[in-house]
Amino acid sequence: MSIDLSQFIPSFLEESFEGLELMESSLLNLEAGDNETIHSIFRAAHSIKGGAGTFGFNKVTEFTHLVETLLDEMRDGRRDIVQSDVEILLDSVDCMRLLIESARDEEDCQDEKITQTSALLAKTLGNDSQSDKSIVDNEATDADIAENGQDKKHWQIQFIPEHQLVQTGNDPLLLFNALADFGQVEVQANIDNLPPLTDMNAEELYLHWQLSLISDCSEDEIKEIFEWVEDECELIISLKTNENTQTNNTPKNQRSSAENLADDNLNSSVGSAPENNQNNDLTENKKAVQSSALDKKVISTEKSPAKKSEVGSIRVGVDKVDSLINLVGELVITQSMLSELGNDFDLTKVERLTAGLEQLLQNTKELQESVMRIRMLPISFAFNRFPRLIHDLSKKTGKSIELIIKGEQTELDKTVMEQIGDPLVHLVRNAADHGIETADVRLKNGKPETGTITLDAYHQGGNIVIEINDDGGGINRQAVLEKAIEKGIVEPNATLTDSQVFDLLFEPGFSTAKEVSDISGRGVGMDVVKRNIQSLGGRIQVESEQGKGSTFRVHLPLTLAILDGQLVRVGSEVYIIPLIAIVESLQIQSKFINRVSGDLVLYRLREDNVPVLPIYQLFNLPADNKEVNNALLVVVEADGQKVGLMVDDLLAQQQVVIKSLKDNYQQVDGISGATILGDGSVSMILDIPGMINIALEMAQKNQKMLEQETV
Amino acid sequence: MVVDDSNSIRDMVNFTLKSAGYDTQEARDGQDGLNKAKESSFDLVITDVNMPIMDGITLCQELRKLPNFKFTPILMLTTESSGDMKLKGKAAGATGWLVKPFNPEKLLATIKRVVR
Repeated sequence: MSIDLSQFIPSFLEESFEGLELMESSLLNLEAGDNETIHSIFRAAHSIKGGAGTFGFNKVTEFTHLVETLLDEMRDGRRDIVQSDVEILLDSVDCMRLLIESARDEEDCQDEKITQTSALLAKTLGNDSQSDKSIVDNEATDADIAENGQDKKHWQIQFIPEHQLVQTGNDPLLLFNALADFGQVEVQANIDNLPPLTDMNAEELYLHWQLSLISDCSEDEIKEIFEWVEDECELIISLKTNENTQTNNTPKNQRSSAENLADDNLNSSVGSAPENNQNNDLTENKKAVQSSALDKKVISTEKSPAKKSEVGSIRVGVDKVDSLINLVGELVITQSMLSELGNDFDLTKVERLTAGLEQLLQNTKELQESVMRIRMLPISFAFNRFPRLIHDLSKKTGKSIELIIKGEQTELDKTVMEQIGDPLVHLVRNAADHGIETADVRLKNGKPETGTITLDAYHQGGNIVIEINDDGGGINRQAVLEKAIEKGIVEPNATLTDSQVFDLLFEPGFSTAKEVSDISGRGVGMDVVKRNIQSLGGRIQVESEQGKGSTFRVHLPLTLAILDGQLVRVGSEVYIIPLIAIVESLQIQSKFINRVSGDLVLYRLREDNVPVLPIYQLFNLPADNKEVNNALLVVVEADGQKVGLMVDDLLAQQQVVIKSLKDNYQQVDGISGATILGDGSVSMILDIPGMINIALEMAQKNQKMLEQETV
Repeated sequence: MVVDDSNSIRDMVNFTLKSAGYDTQEARDGQDGLNKAKESSFDLVITDVNMPIMDGITLCQELRKLPNFKFTPILMLTTESSGDMKLKGKAAGATGWLVKPFNPEKLLATIKRVVR
């Protein structure tokens, strides 16, 4: 029977990556004498090696073997735990990750680093020929097997087990059965050692056996069957061939020719024929398996680009699933109660109906939360790569940096988590590279020599906030402003608030670092960081104080599937504005209205001039109120730009489930999706940046038309 | 009963056994395995050696102390093929060992050798 294990590859991969993360974080915390930690690192490497071997990821196995050997020496105390070895192991973890990734993608991994690291490992271990040797060993055994004779041999086996043999769970009968797989077996039990019944211990074995086996197997193969019991028995294996008997055993030499004949008959008829067939079958089977495996490989390489968009799996704690089942149970009870109520309903039962509906509301809410929790993972999944990053960065920059991680149990949607990883890395790199000053500068400014970067995550009003804080030099406001003016991003005499200045960092092509370093790159990143965060429906804020440090705050929605929305009415239509985008809502006072050229209306909101976008105009709707005076204005922010959306009425705030327009219909400018409201009607979710773009285009068109008219 | 701290190995062993028609139970480490063994009895125990909380050798020693497991075959699933490891396993009362990488055909063949 051939069993296809390829279905277990994804779970092996997932487990391996977890193992690698564990190795990495444990290595960073490893101190001499910490046995439990080194054991757990060893176990992780060990499991990866075992699994990789099963799936034929030979490069992974070979490499991991070296790592494991080194770890084993450390574990046994044969090798002291020194920093240089830990560094090699950390590099090895990277290599293993590369190798496993390329095994996953069915690519050949040719990374220079792997060759280097494995050479380094071998050098550290002091025996770089080891891996070659094991290959040779394997070949030798293969050759042994191939060499083994084709002829049937007559084996004599004497098996004298020790009394306690059965107490390790071994069973002589099954051993004999295994022998019978090789050929014809005759068994003779010897009861000489059987004690009198009164002395007999039922848990012990007193018999021994004399077996004869007619088969083409080798002595090694017979020994292998008894491998597990070889220390608990006396085993004498001898060969009884015609030649042997002639040379070795003189008494047996006098066997009659009739006996010899009988032997020959046995050889040719009984033992061999079925056995041979079986062997052939086996080899054929094997070939078939190999070729089908080959076929599969060819097919899957062709498919590999498509494979990348594979649906990921999620591992969920049993408690979460249990609570879900619990809630569904309650929902069923509520449902049956309500349907019973509906069978013969009269007005006296209104109270019970209300109570039932109340319960239904509660059930649904809890169910929703519970389902959402299934997709939630503690943010430590995203945070746990940072100790390593800081370790490497502080080595590279020569700065001493301490990383403090807080709130790592805060839970975040899996998809959001996966996509926020890279932007966070970028921000932390920046903090280490640009934020934290060198030790001498820090000492001169009266700060502790070691810089501190703090990562924190917490919930804030239905959102999750991730904070990256450093106690470095802070952002130089003047430098940013000068650079922006030089790049033509802002007008030379513009007056900007601090937050506006810091927002300039996220403009494309902006970089204040005087020298480009290989750590933070060339300032192409910050705008990408911002874009990534925005595409997750989040936003980023900067706070900084010169000389004291900076804080980057990333606000993210808890999930991508559900949105906290503000329902607004325009004419007869209800729209949803994402709550996260709303700055404030207000009633327009006519004294703050400024009209500028074209149709553009600016509203003076404290120190800002906010352009007013009448939604009815953008979407061409009949609105109740087309007059700006006394209208309701919802001020929203996107891309660092505030705009006021003119609406007829503010309705409820509620959570809405996002349905994609693109999947169900097509992409519409200014609309990010749709949802179904409580009364069954469909409502559009406004895409704030998209609306701003539409408004800008319209304004430009109007401007042109105006210019043409004047000409 | 299959005892292994690695989900993927456990899943694979399980899958192999189930497709050959055996009923299986899983345990995540030695302690878990021991607890389950105290609640019921099994025809065969396959255990990893290197595990957190309780390793396979200790599990084996502990199992042999239970009346139900005096004669139960216990197979060690191990990557360490050194004689030392085998001696330790034997001393603890293991029936035999299977050397990783895990090979389903070999596992089934071996099981035939220890389970009636």
